[in-house]
Amino acid sequence: MSAVAVRETRLAAEPRLLSSSRSDGPLPTLSSAFAREQLLAEIEASGLTGRGGAGFPTATKLRAVARGSAPVVVANGTEGEPASSKDKALLAADPQLVIDGAVTAARLVGAEEVFLTAGRADGRVLAALELAVADRRDRDGGIALRIVAAPDRFVAGEESALVNFLNGGPAKPTVDRPFERGVHDRATLVQNVETLANVALIARHGADWFRRLGTAQEPGSALVTVLGAVRAPGVGEIELGTTLREVLTGFGGMAAMPQAFLVGGYFGTWVAARDAVDLPFTNESLRPLGASLGARTLIVLPQDACGLAETARVVRYLARESAGQCGSCFFGLPAIATAFETLVSGGTDAPKALERLARLVPQVEGRGACAHPTGATRLVASALRVFAQEIDRHRAGSCCGPHHPPVLPIPDTDHDHEWS
Amino acid sequence: MSKHIRVDPILCDGFGQCAELLPELIELDEWGYPIVSDAPIPASLEAHARRAVVLCPRLALAVERRRAPQLIGARR
Repeated sequence: MSAVAVRETRLAAEPRLLSSSRSDGPLPTLSSAFAREQLLAEIEASGLTGRGGAGFPTATKLRAVARGSAPVVVANGTEGEPASSKDKALLAADPQLVIDGAVTAARLVGAEEVFLTAGRADGRVLAALELAVADRRDRDGGIALRIVAAPDRFVAGEESALVNFLNGGPAKPTVDRPFERGVHDRATLVQNVETLANVALIARHGADWFRRLGTAQEPGSALVTVLGAVRAPGVGEIELGTTLREVLTGFGGMAAMPQAFLVGGYFGTWVAARDAVDLPFTNESLRPLGASLGARTLIVLPQDACGLAETARVVRYLARESAGQCGSCFFGLPAIATAFETLVSGGTDAPKALERLARLVPQVEGRGACAHPTGATRLVASALRVFAQEIDRHRAGSCCGPHHPPVLPIPDTDHDHEWS
Repeated sequence: MSKHIRVDPILCDGFGQCAELLPELIELDEWGYPIVSDAPIPASLEAHARRAVVLCPRLALAVERRRAPQLIGARR
């Protein structure tokens, strides 16, 4: 995806991650077990959770990996989600902050090796990382920094897939969990780059400072990617708990009430715009609608676009991006994509296609080694729910958005189909 | 403590022998891959479960032991 505009939104009362006016003091050296335990307690008190999609408590992950011997740290900047650009924006704008966080995490878990990863196609990001690492010289004691470019596949950023690739295998998920057995078979901390940036900030400013933004259950700021029918799409930093309407205002606002939002990326959930627009942007508030923050993307579907057609394109893309290791995903996703396309084209085959989807979704959901098939079925189920009226229209041979150009970005993967 | 059948979906290649040997707990999806019940393996089927595990051409099946969750401090 070409460079996406980065907005200094007015929404985060104090921009932290995309701030040009932040001053960074020195990082703690963490040379004693006491100092490390103090910082771990601070990160725990901060309530920091992963900013990569799974939202796992960061302190818990750090403690688990610290129990291993000679662990490894992986900074995950691969961002294989096509709708998301926040990690690329962060790495291009402030790679030193991310590396500070990775080095701090390494000191906390006792690692001497840090892998900084990005997608192969992200030339700007990789260049920024090279410069940043060169600038650090011997700043980081005995910690080796290695920049690795990963394949540009949707699942390549799944933590076990990334570890598989770092071990010399394909960028495909495995059943081993990295925190137990990862790079070189050692305990491995895989953390999203935005999460690591926050670790560096908490190390400098503390848990209380971190909690000044956000809600009690979901503290902090968050980078979000907003696309679709907004005047100023791009990446921005928001305070967690800001309503969707306020977030969209920070991205130039909407010309009209849209039809729906796709929340959380291509493993995410469609929600009707009217149901969601005044909800706070938090997992807790979105849960009743079956949604969660996921990859922290928000795509705005205008009234004159077709949610079914958009979903069909994404599902076909997700089917193409299956690692092909688990039968129910490898066979199930293309079958779901075909049924969905039949639904979209309408006519007399549509009712059978709907029945087919009802039989396929439970056979595919939850049966892969990774979340890929489950994410796809979640998207499909939410589309069938939110666009139910559109399904009826298609069955009757019409559509409310037949000619709208695509809203959801689909990468062109024809020329880059490798896994290694 | 209970025992449960577990399948590694990456190792599994859809041979389907498991569903023939243990139809009470394993059925096949439309592509021939096992849908494994999470219900505990009854004692009467334990031998069948072990045979299914051993005969899987990909060694994709396992019997998993689960301890029932203990209530902490429940001692009256």
